Amino acid sequence: MARFDPYENNGGTCVAVAGADYCVVAADTRLSVGYSILSRDHSKIAQLADKCVLASSGFQGDIKALQKALAAKELVYEHNNNKKMSCPAMAQLLSNTLYYKRFFPYYAFNVLAGLDTQGKGCVFTYDAVGSYERTGYSAQGTGSALMMPVLDNQLKSPSPLLLPARDAVTPLSESDAVDLVKDVFASATERDIYTGDRLEIVVINSSGTCRECIELRKD
Amino acid sequence: MTGSMDLPAKGGFDFDLCRRNNMLEKNGLKLPGFLKTGTTIVGLVFQDGVVLGADTRATEGPIVADKNCEKIHFMAPNIYCCGAGTAADTEAVTDMVSSQLQLHRYATGRESRVITALTLLKSHLFRYQGHVSAALVLGGVDCTGPHLHTVYPHGSTDTLPFATMGSGSLAAMSVFESRFKEGLTREEGIELVSDAIRAGIFNDLGSGSNVDVCVITKGKTEYLRNHQLPNPRTYASSKGFSFTKGQTEVLSTKIIPLKQKVEVAEGGDAMEE
Repeated sequence: MARFDPYENNGGTCVAVAGADYCVVAADTRLSVGYSILSRDHSKIAQLADKCVLASSGFQGDIKALQKALAAKELVYEHNNNKKMSCPAMAQLLSNTLYYKRFFPYYAFNVLAGLDTQGKGCVFTYDAVGSYERTGYSAQGTGSALMMPVLDNQLKSPSPLLLPARDAVTPLSESDAVDLVKDVFASATERDIYTGDRLEIVVINSSGTCRECIELRKD
Repeated sequence: MTGSMDLPAKGGFDFDLCRRNNMLEKNGLKLPGFLKTGTTIVGLVFQDGVVLGADTRATEGPIVADKNCEKIHFMAPNIYCCGAGTAADTEAVTDMVSSQLQLHRYATGRESRVITALTLLKSHLFRYQGHVSAALVLGGVDCTGPHLHTVYPHGSTDTLPFATMGSGSLAAMSVFESRFKEGLTREEGIELVSDAIRAGIFNDLGSGSNVDVCVITKGKTEYLRNHQLPNPRTYASSKGFSFTKGQTEVLSTKIIPLKQKVEVAEGGDAMEE
């Protein structure tokens, strides 16, 4: 008996790296279904607040719905509290929004990134039902398993088991972090069929948000 | 004595373990996957012979296992075969028929014919009832002229002027259907085949990397491996990567020296040749 499957995986990978005073968020722009490409130019990165950006991979239908829901809640917050939402506040809101649909989840693998209230880079990584953690860097999506081991090795993240607790933010400079992200994406594109076409890189720092695109393999 | 009775010759696959495997899968065991070629393969007949083409990506689910594999297999000096489907199956079946053709050439003293390869392939695949997952584009030139055939996993065949197979076959066929005509020249044939394979490479996620081409004419075969390389790596960090000891945090180390169990005796007997 064929049943209606409400989910679909549109592929793609998202990455974020937190620095001392910047944050790099990157995602490829390929939208696919099955073995076909639907779009080579579909952004997976959404700006939720001033210094807060959400990168999501998974089912784009659910992702669009999630982005709209968060934007609406952010506006309500602004009206009630007379200020824009900070990144850690948005992180908690996203977790609650995801858990609200615990028994019919948003098929979205999210990475929320930006600058916290002190201006330091912050990255929050989520599962589909809202479990989240503040980390120094994260990758989510079809190419994440290819990228995380390289990021683990290069970003010298201290183990969360060590005491006293150490800062997870990377000591790398902004340009080095961007260079690492570009290389790691080019490598994942070689081996993951769902990642490719173009890489969109967003860098958030004290002077604002800047966007850069580089070409990836299109096969 | 029991066991002296002649059992019927056992051929094909042994399905005795299927029930056990199904039970294990139900209890949560993950079965190993197959390496599929998720491919684009094509062939066409031009005025002097046939041109075959293939991409070079081999996939294991969503991961690229081989970025530059060879999908155009040798059957005879005048016959080549492109293979799509399970990589092990296409390799095994083309190698097997290639050996059979060579023995047949020695027995008959003549150049192999394409229909001979075709009959050997289709009868083998039919005997295995589709369990040998090989979809092939067979092409060559023999004493009766140029031939191009497609062979399906269950053993059916078609004889065509142009053909495409694999997950990228629709993308490639759209190129052929708009631009194919009878009596193409060699250059036109190679260009059309390359364009069809490139359509598969860029529009099908199961196909990618490079274009392989094989041109077969009376008396001459040219295997153009990596005829086109339209997918170079886009970015490589100029700093390079170093993976030094200590970069990955080590939480604890335990070294257990192994006890020696073997005594090495000098001047013993030399091993047999």
